Amino acid sequence: MNCIIIDDEAAARAIVAQLCSTISNLEVIEEFPSAIEAIKFLNQQTVDVIFLDIHMPMFTGFDFIQTLKNPPKIVLITSDKNFAIEAYEYEAIVDYLVKPITKERFEKAIKKVENAVTQKSLSPNSVKKPDVGNELYINIDRRLIKLKFNEILLIEAQGDYITVKTEKKDYKVHNTLKKIKEKLPGNLFIQIHRSYIINFTKIIDIEDNSVLIEKNVIPISRSNRPELMRRLNLL
Amino acid sequence: MKEVPNLKYIKELAGDDKAFEQKFIDIVKLEFPEEKQEYINCYTGNKYLSTAEIVHKLKHKFNILGMHEGYRLAVTYEEELKLENTNLHTSFLRVLETIEAYIKDLKA
Repeated sequence: MNCIIIDDEAAARAIVAQLCSTISNLEVIEEFPSAIEAIKFLNQQTVDVIFLDIHMPMFTGFDFIQTLKNPPKIVLITSDKNFAIEAYEYEAIVDYLVKPITKERFEKAIKKVENAVTQKSLSPNSVKKPDVGNELYINIDRRLIKLKFNEILLIEAQGDYITVKTEKKDYKVHNTLKKIKEKLPGNLFIQIHRSYIINFTKIIDIEDNSVLIEKNVIPISRSNRPELMRRLNLL
Repeated sequence: MKEVPNLKYIKELAGDDKAFEQKFIDIVKLEFPEEKQEYINCYTGNKYLSTAEIVHKLKHKFNILGMHEGYRLAVTYEEELKLENTNLHTSFLRVLETIEAYIKDLKA
């Protein structure tokens, strides 16, 4: 098995690497001080196991897990016992180690990983949307207006209405964000806030917690940020 | 009696692997002073949440270096910082200074 270690503390990474070196069939192929760097790496390479610190600045271990489409087996490593309940809500997490980790406890975690690896691999958590063609018809004053997907910049929820903003014009429709989301192709559109769905291809830049699309600055919510980060082709 | 740091945990992990022991010491010598300075900067800047973050990071080193009382103090301090209470600063700083003095001349 190969693995990577993600922890913002160099001392903690060295300890986990040392523990890994005592396991004959386990090879550490990379270590990362931040989850963002690990995401870039995982875009290009698959691994069997991730040893992951939960408590990291900017991007926590849980944020990181949510960015993984087909997560490998994950062993969480933390100084806090308080995250245990949340940890087991993720199917990919096979064990939860509290620092400082003993050799015996680490070996037990590896056994759990080995057992999990031999079981059926995890099914992807994404569900493909039905083929919806290249356009969407919206009802404005009893007229059905055709909008091509690639013309739509973003959709904003405003009470009982949504505004579909295109490159030429804005359309206010009596509908919900949830309904329109079902009609949009997932490869082009992504919800980044409870009030906003954006056309992924129209992003100009991303700064801190907002996205710029034409002249619109759209907030990114904490819960939607991991999925957006996962979709980016980061260099 | 004042708690003193030790390398018991690291020596147990290292076994005969002296290279790992030395690597760990090198990392701590590099990382700890930076983290201590970061703590002081955050504390003096009244950045309570950032101070709590760095206390969280440092408490792991307390544990590794066998400072279990120091660790418990850090756990409480981290929570109190989130409530903007810095009463434990002096005690916490004392633990940092004890570790700083210990690692200064540390060798494998």
